[in-house]
Amino acid sequence: MNNWFKSGTPWVWLNAGAVAISLVMVVGLLLLIAARGLGHFWPSNVVEFDYTEPGQESERVLGEVSRSETMTAQAMREAGYVVPEGQEVVTRHLIKRGNRDVTNRDFVWYVGENMSEWRYPEDAMVIERLTWGDFIGYLVDYREDGAVVAEGREAREAFRERLAQTREQVRERERIERFDIGNVNYQIEQIRLQQRALDMNPDISDAEREVREAELAAERERLEEVYAGLEVRRNEIRRDVARYSITAEMMDGRTQELALSGIVKAWWPNDMSVMQKTGHYVGTFWDFVSGFPREANTEGGILPAIFGTVLMVMIMSVVVTPFGVLAAIYLREYAKQGPLVRTIRISVNNLAGVPSIVFGVFGLGFFVYAVGGTIDQAFFPEALPAPTFGGPAIIWASLTLALLTLPVVIVSTEEGLTRIPSTIRQGSLALGATKAETLWRLVVPLSAPAMMTGLILAVARAAGEVAPLMLVGVVKLAPSLPMDGNFPFLHLDRAFMHLGFHIYDVGFQSPNVEAGRPLVYATALILVLLIIVLNVTAITIRNHLREKYRSESD
Amino acid sequence: MNDQSQTLTHGMSSGALASNRGEKLRLANEKPCMEIRDLKLFYGSDEALKGINMTIPKGRITAFIGPSGCGKSSLLRCLNRMNDLIDIAVIEGEVLLDGNNIYDPKVDAAELRRRVGMVFQKPNPFPKSIFENVAYGLRLQGVKNRRALEDVVEKSLKRAALWDEVKDRLNENAFGLSGGQQQRLVIARAIAIDPEVLLLDEPASALDPLATLKIEELMFELKEQYTIAIVTHNMQQAARVSDYTAFMYMGELVEYADTDTLFTTPSKKQTEDYITGRYG
Repeated sequence: MNNWFKSGTPWVWLNAGAVAISLVMVVGLLLLIAARGLGHFWPSNVVEFDYTEPGQESERVLGEVSRSETMTAQAMREAGYVVPEGQEVVTRHLIKRGNRDVTNRDFVWYVGENMSEWRYPEDAMVIERLTWGDFIGYLVDYREDGAVVAEGREAREAFRERLAQTREQVRERERIERFDIGNVNYQIEQIRLQQRALDMNPDISDAEREVREAELAAERERLEEVYAGLEVRRNEIRRDVARYSITAEMMDGRTQELALSGIVKAWWPNDMSVMQKTGHYVGTFWDFVSGFPREANTEGGILPAIFGTVLMVMIMSVVVTPFGVLAAIYLREYAKQGPLVRTIRISVNNLAGVPSIVFGVFGLGFFVYAVGGTIDQAFFPEALPAPTFGGPAIIWASLTLALLTLPVVIVSTEEGLTRIPSTIRQGSLALGATKAETLWRLVVPLSAPAMMTGLILAVARAAGEVAPLMLVGVVKLAPSLPMDGNFPFLHLDRAFMHLGFHIYDVGFQSPNVEAGRPLVYATALILVLLIIVLNVTAITIRNHLREKYRSESD
Repeated sequence: MNDQSQTLTHGMSSGALASNRGEKLRLANEKPCMEIRDLKLFYGSDEALKGINMTIPKGRITAFIGPSGCGKSSLLRCLNRMNDLIDIAVIEGEVLLDGNNIYDPKVDAAELRRRVGMVFQKPNPFPKSIFENVAYGLRLQGVKNRRALEDVVEKSLKRAALWDEVKDRLNENAFGLSGGQQQRLVIARAIAIDPEVLLLDEPASALDPLATLKIEELMFELKEQYTIAIVTHNMQQAARVSDYTAFMYMGELVEYADTDTLFTTPSKKQTEDYITGRYG
């Protein structure tokens, strides 16, 4: 036994065990997120059954099985269900019935014992709507201008065909509303601000003022014409789309008329082959990644959040790299090593341990109020009291995160600088290079891989950080992306959406928890994938640099 | 093994021939290149050099020998102010290069090191291509013309007897070369900027006998054009390659004379003890 300890074998086992447990946990977490998040987009079958609670009338239930669980009879009784004496366990199923606009409850628990046999009717239809979540029922007929055109099986084909066209039109309408009208509004707002700036400027001569005002008025008139044109087109589409509708029967037998303009997608899951389901799955997933959110973020896509996260991380990298690298070079190469530098180094290391929310508070006080407020006073007085840079903005979020990740970059750059062999520095100096030339031509390129390592760590930390962002730039729903076709294209003063905050918002601030739950997993999965992509990119660049500056020290 | 020792003896005899060429060498007859006057070097409170006075003659090879820690490398590093890099090093006295004190505050250390090149004990090529290694010094001086760079790189590599081995792979990383090739590359790098003096700090101590031989032959070639000062632990090497030899002990210059005299009839007991291997 004693020999066994001396041989070191227990250490090997201990270490291997720790590695194995860590791997299992990481892989398990990823699998959980992936399974839950990706499963949501699969078109699950719609079940129909008759539900009879003891002593009550039977009702027809139609919906997707969201999840099932087995409870003890005791717990069920305490929850208010009637469970026969002698029964030990009860299975209950959470059924997604949809139709939130009519029933108010789209997710309902049903006790398995009270159900009839499950049926999978081929005509059961699921409709994704722009508002009120999914509709689940049976298609009755398809109408144009209020008149029935097709019924039964034929209705399905006619409806499908028309839906494809109306979707095109609705997309065009959305484009017009979101981008074209948004752009015109932005430009009109700019003109209003210029007008205001003109009014506030006392140093301008009357003649000049008149000329400028005339110019602005002409420009405004032109824009208003554009706007009117867009509005005409939009109304045209609206009218056109409103002609088509369907009626459908719900689980309780009532029928409801649905306008095609409000329908995103319709499918008959029980009547689909695996191939069709796969196609549907890919389409839905793509819509999720590339779409804009609806319904308090519980429906639609997460494109603005992905975009905001990536853009923020990029701006942060652009800011943090030069500052961190320069600071590290000064500390390591130029500063006289002594108690002061040691103190600074300890402080920098400790900065990495400060809770991130503290950085958020600092960012709010310093960047948003002090710096942003001053910028507004100095450069955008015409917009006051509405803030331009004095409010939540992507630039302040990026700067706050740059501060947060600065220690990581400084520490790893310093590590890299110390690893450059002194013989190489001496070789350069002996050839008549000054210290600065040696740094610039040899030491900095050689430690570039270490800097990239710092940046990789910084990116991983920044992309996952949420708390400080809530104070300095992230919002639940950003009206416009921080990058668009209007000058200056990159709008650093705009608030933005962020995947991490999106997870928090959908998961915990949402009015409909059950509907949001799978989206939380899906969003988390996208965030993890995004961080992986960013990291792999950075690691590839680093390996490329390593290969280029391969030296004996590696 | 036998082959190697034969080549070595061959190398030795050619060295002996070279130093015996022409009339007898006498320090008094030489033109001075660097003059060291009362040079003292302190590392903190340790006195590493205790007042050195000597003249390094122009166009000759001067060797420094002595036991480890005697200050010969420190002295060499004083000649191109590499000791400036050590914060605690303090220097007193003068070193004249062509009559001008290199420790004058007006002298730019980088400019000085361009005139006094140095090659270190361990080959230290830069992790760049072979071409860029040799072109480094020229690029520092702002030479951008590709043709000019190519010319100098070729000339330097040829003078360092490395051209034939690397001419087809100039763009490959210098770390792909063997130790001896790396050291010759470093010498090529040093002579590419055409210095007046070349300081070699045990240039062959990390190399095998064949590579050592090549470096020694290279020194004879370079002697035509440069003043060379070499630190070595290997007394045979000093005897083979140098025209003048300085024996140092405990930070003091014990004896300095032409190599033949120093090795055959040393005037000091310490020197004799050292070269006959009684200590050190």
